[in-house]
Amino acid sequence: MGNIHRGIMAGKLKGPILHGYFRSSCSWRVRIAFALKGIEYDQVPVNLIQDGGQQHTEQFKTLNPMQQVPAVEIDGFTFSQSLAVIQYIDETRPGPRLLPADSKKRAQVRMISDLIASGIQPLQNLHVIQKIGADKVHWAQYFIERGFQALEPILKQTAGKYCVGDEISMADICLVPQVYNAERFKVDVGQYPTIKKINQTLVEIEAFKVSHPSCQPDTPADIHA
Amino acid sequence: MNAVQPPILHGYFRSSCSWRVRIAFALKGIEYDQVPVNLIQDGGQQHTEQFKTLNPMQQVPAVEIDGFTFSQSLAVIQYIDETRPGPRLLPADSKKRAQVRMISDLIASGIQPLQNLHVIQKIGADKVHWAQYFIERGFQALEPILKQTAGKYCVGDEISMADICLVPQVYNAERFKVDVGQYPTIKKINQTLVEIEAFKVSHPSCQPDTPADIHA
Repeated sequence: MGNIHRGIMAGKLKGPILHGYFRSSCSWRVRIAFALKGIEYDQVPVNLIQDGGQQHTEQFKTLNPMQQVPAVEIDGFTFSQSLAVIQYIDETRPGPRLLPADSKKRAQVRMISDLIASGIQPLQNLHVIQKIGADKVHWAQYFIERGFQALEPILKQTAGKYCVGDEISMADICLVPQVYNAERFKVDVGQYPTIKKINQTLVEIEAFKVSHPSCQPDTPADIHA
Repeated sequence: MNAVQPPILHGYFRSSCSWRVRIAFALKGIEYDQVPVNLIQDGGQQHTEQFKTLNPMQQVPAVEIDGFTFSQSLAVIQYIDETRPGPRLLPADSKKRAQVRMISDLIASGIQPLQNLHVIQKIGADKVHWAQYFIERGFQALEPILKQTAGKYCVGDEISMADICLVPQVYNAERFKVDVGQYPTIKKINQTLVEIEAFKVSHPSCQPDTPADIHA
């Protein structure tokens, strides 16, 4: 096993373990969710670049055969797909709801989350970018812009203080890491004022700060906040 | 009392995401109307200003239901499940429910978006190899996962959203000439599912907008 960074006392039930990468937006989503719920957890870093990518080892493949982060060990089982993990956490742990009680708002939260998690991020994740090769920046910008062009009018309808009304939800959890990615690919987020405004509100919130890529156990020293 | 307007599905016969929603409606026994959106004709009807008001992502499906319109098939399916009676589309058990969502997302985020029409058009000449690559990669992961989770269906012995995602993805795999025989668990579950009425009535070969030469 890689280095385990412990945040909990011995003697308690074993807490969840997140196998992730500091800069992986999907891993960040899960870190935000744990933080919002006040759940302590361990992190096992999976370096996506070093050694040809530690996500490709036989060992990691047993955790997630898709060879992607995050993979989460929790309550005696291991599973992947950040939104499945987040909803599992929400349904099994107390604390602020990550999806609204109202069915229509819940649908809007899932719609926004899926727009990002199916419609944008997979088109600009590491593996796809590596396959695209030389044209990768334009490719990533294209799909992020396309997604944000759709998300902006949707959020104009659904947003209050946050993506859907005035409660933080899984949609917000998806938004912040995607805006971070957009900025990495030099997309001008100022073109999307609703996205920009909600993001600016969210990044000031403790759960989003403590989970930020700049301050994780595996954040390289030159990036560390 | 006014009759409640039935849901309206804006979709395309061959769109796997639209098919997922058709399956869900059929499993729940919900009658609905279809408004076809031809993704190829006229440069693609999903790009019209009118359709963009239904779904700014310019993709199908978009669903009008209970006085509002929304997109993203898995959001629609879970909304239907949470607001309509009939067989559950997600299990009661939280761990099984997580497994259903994991499998659904593996397909709906990890495979289908990499081989949907828009991406394929952007890839251009190499599109078949591109699509095969991502389908194979996804199925190589899905096969061992299903070996752990499956009973008669993807997760245990109840049909779920995972099965709803599986069948259209296998159909796509076959369209791109992926040999699904390499994935025996996927193949077996798919063979069981395609015999079920809800999966048959929703099949691309028999929709209102299915072209005559494809119609079953």
